[in-house]
This record gives sequence, C-alpha cells and structure tokens, in this order.
Amino acid sequence: MPTLELHSISKTFTSPAGPMLVLDRLSMQVAAGEFVAVIGPSGSGKTTLFNIIAGLERPDAGAVRIDGVDVTGRRGQVAYMPQRDALLPWLSVIENAVLATVVHGGDVAAARREAHALLADFGLQGWGDARPALLSGGMRQRAAFLRTVLWHRPIMLLDEPFGALDALTRAQLQQWLLALWDRLDRTVLLVTHDIDEAIILADRIYVLTPRPARIALELRVALPRPRSYTLVTDPAFARLKRQLQQVLMNDERG
Amino acid sequence: MSEEVSAPIHTTPVTAPTRLSWRTGLVEYGPPALLVISLLLLWEGLVWYWAVPAWLLPSPSRIATTLVTSLPVLAEHTIATLTVTIPGFTLALVAGFGLGVALDASPLLRRAIYPLLVTSQTVPIVAIAPLLVVGFGFGLLPKVLVVALITFFPIVVNTIDGLQGADRDQRRLLEAMGANYWQLLRLLRLRAALPAIFTGIKVAITYSVIGAVLAEWIGASAGLGVYIARSLRAFRTDQVFVAALVTSLLTIVLFTLVSLLERWIVFWKGER
Repeated sequence: MPTLELHSISKTFTSPAGPMLVLDRLSMQVAAGEFVAVIGPSGSGKTTLFNIIAGLERPDAGAVRIDGVDVTGRRGQVAYMPQRDALLPWLSVIENAVLATVVHGGDVAAARREAHALLADFGLQGWGDARPALLSGGMRQRAAFLRTVLWHRPIMLLDEPFGALDALTRAQLQQWLLALWDRLDRTVLLVTHDIDEAIILADRIYVLTPRPARIALELRVALPRPRSYTLVTDPAFARLKRQLQQVLMNDERG
Repeated sequence: MSEEVSAPIHTTPVTAPTRLSWRTGLVEYGPPALLVISLLLLWEGLVWYWAVPAWLLPSPSRIATTLVTSLPVLAEHTIATLTVTIPGFTLALVAGFGLGVALDASPLLRRAIYPLLVTSQTVPIVAIAPLLVVGFGFGLLPKVLVVALITFFPIVVNTIDGLQGADRDQRRLLEAMGANYWQLLRLLRLRAALPAIFTGIKVAITYSVIGAVLAEWIGASAGLGVYIARSLRAFRTDQVFVAALVTSLLTIVLFTLVSLLERWIVFWKGER
C-alpha cells in the first residue's frame, strides 16, 4: 500500500477568462521511503497540487490518502518546504527549525536539542543562534530543510527547494541532500523543473503535461544508490534525460 | 550636497551601527547646522537693520533671552502639556491597535467601520474640540480625547495594513503546519505588522503634541497652548516663538524616543 496516494484529483479555478481546469483527474502514488519527483512546465499546477496535499486547498474532486486514510483538506499531515525559504526574520535558526513543534504544542525543549544535534549535518554548525539575515542563500535553504525535517512527518513535500539558488550552490545542495538522504528515512515528493535534479535525487519521476495537468510519463530511475553528483556524466543518466526531454519538448509543441 | 545629507537614510547598516567619528558627524550634520546658523544670523541682521518692532517679529537673540528667563514658567506649562499628550497618545495607541486587530479579523466590521474612520478624519478638529469641552467640562478628559482623536487614525490604518501585509509564503507555511488564527497572529502576523505599526506610531506622536497644544488653546488653565494664547493677547510675540520652539523640541524628543524603541523592538528590520 502506498504511503501517499492521490486519487483522481481535479481542480478548476475561476479566472476572468472563465473556468480554468488546472488539475485533470491526477493520480499518483508514493511508497514508504520512496523519493518521487514531479517535473512539469511552469504554470502546470504543481503548486496547486502541493497546496492540495498540504491541505491548504481542497480539490473539486478526488482524494488525498495517507496510509489509506482520507486526509483531503486536512492540514499538518505532511511536512512542507516552500520554494522561498520562508524563514521568520525575527527568529534564530534554531527557533525557526522548531516552529512546527511550537505550532503543534509539542516538547519545544526536546526539539531544540534535536535541532542543535543536527546543525552539523546541515552545515549550520555554530549558526544556531544566528538570525536568517546573516545566512547565505544555501545556508538559508538548509535551515528551511532542517525545519522541514523537524516537522516530524513521515512524508515531506519539497516545492522547488533549490529553485531560487545559483547553479553552483544548487549542485552543492543536491550533493549534500544525496549524502544526507539515506539516513533520513522519509518519503519525499519533490516538485522541480530541473531534469538533472529529478534524475539525481529521485527513485521515480512523474512528468506533468501543461495545463490542465495530467501525467505525461511515469519513469523509474533505476540508478544504484548511494548516488553522487558524478552521475551526470553516466550514459544511463543521459538516456533518462533524453527520454524526459523528449516528453517535455513534445508538451511544449502540443 | 543634498546627496550626502540624505545618504545615511537610505543605506541601513547591516551590522550594528558603529560610533560616528567626528568626521562623518561633520559631513552629516555640518551642512544643515551651517544653514540654520546662517539663517539665524540673517534674521538677526534684518530685524536690527529694519528696526522691526518686537511684537511683530522678535530677533533670535531676544527669543533666546526670553527662553532663559521664562524657563521655570515654561517647565510648568510643558509638564501640563505632557499630562495631556501622554494619556491621549496612550489611549489612541491602545484603542487604535485594538480596533486595527478587530477590523483585520472581521471583513464585515471593516466594511462597516472603515468609511466612518476615514470620515472622522475629514471633520476639522477645531470644530469638534469645543464640543468636547462643552460635553466633558474643562477637566483633563476633553483634551485627552482631542489628542486621541487626532492620533489614533494612523495607528489603526497602519495596524490593519501591517497585519494584512504579512509574507504570503510564511503564512502558507504556518497554515500548512496547522496553525489556527491566534497562532498565526501571535507567531507571524503581529510581528510582521510591527514595522508598519511603528510607522503609524511615529506619525501619531508628531501629531500628539500639536493636538495637545490645540486642545489647551481651546480650554485649559495650564499648558503650552494656554501660554501661547496668553502671550498672543499680551503681544508677547517672543514668548509665542519660545513656546513654538519648546513644542517642536518636545515633539522631536518624543519622536526620537519612539525611534529608539522601534530599533529595539523591531530589531530584525534592516538586517535583510
């Protein structure tokens, strides 16, 4: 049984030009411990999809299930990392990291200890009491990721987490996430428009069509783990990339 | 020259501001000080040259002399004005902030009350103030109410704007965490609103002293407004100038205090 299941989700927005179908009977499954990437052209409703899974919006039809339980429209079921880090500027790195525990009324002191223990793994050693303004773009993104991990949900949604970073910083963070990944033991749904990123990180990739979003391709990434960034020069990587590009290019034309 | 003077306003230092050296101090405050001194000298010279009568326009030196000799009297009136200003402003702060939070929470309330709020600001306060005196007598209350009426509007408006201006991504994040209305208010929106609220407070505090002086003018037994009214009747224009000077200084002192408080409370502002 998949840990996260999206069952035939549809969503229509009203726009000045009339009703606009954004998601068209979209179905996906993510197994426990699996890393799944969703690639789609911009404006293909990826963010809407995430809002629906996070419970911020309700679909017009269909259901979100976690471990078989219908959680459609319920908030706080999955950990969520927005594209921009959304760190609160008046809180320190640690305080930002334990925000979910504060909201849930959990043991904040324990969460702070856990955050402190994880700082080194997140490349934030010695920065726990610093406010976000002092951090570089890459560090801010890692702090936001620490906050997502300390949300303590088995499923994590990552919405283009490296999208706002420069290419070098992004590559470094992908490398870092690869190294960290095996120890985290989480289920991940990652939205990205970066084909390389999807192949390097994911076990499986869904490619979405332009609006309205349907699934254009489902692709298993049969590359061995642990992976490293040198994978991008591998022939198997190139084959997968070509396959994905073809689908995405077809979409552009269609 | 204006470039140099205005530069420090736009470039907020990322780290804690270092102590000003006398050199940067000279660059920053030298030009305006020079201008003010030149103007005062010109004023002094013209009054002397044209032999302008003191009741029409006293010379700066005469105003300075009056300031020194009337300091004890001025101090009493200043304290009287402050006892109107501070309660009036505090009332405006509490009521304005409370109303701002309430109007933010309820769109219905906002639609109903907001137009009334704006309208209340278009009614001239000189028309309302005497009515307040008639209604509430010559005690402290009508004067406090005049100050509150003048100052609460910028606080309400900026509180609403600040609360609604909270970052959308941060808001969505907290909502995804399952935060309820009060958690959202406490953890995000009130903090995010603080810079705007302080903008409102700074506008309000500059109005507050003038409001108190105006209220005293209309009906009081002590205060800078009373002092100005009496001095005008006695053709003591030098005293009017002195009172105006003290009113300005009082406003500047209060404004500076609020700015210091802002820097302390909104410590993250300008860090980004």
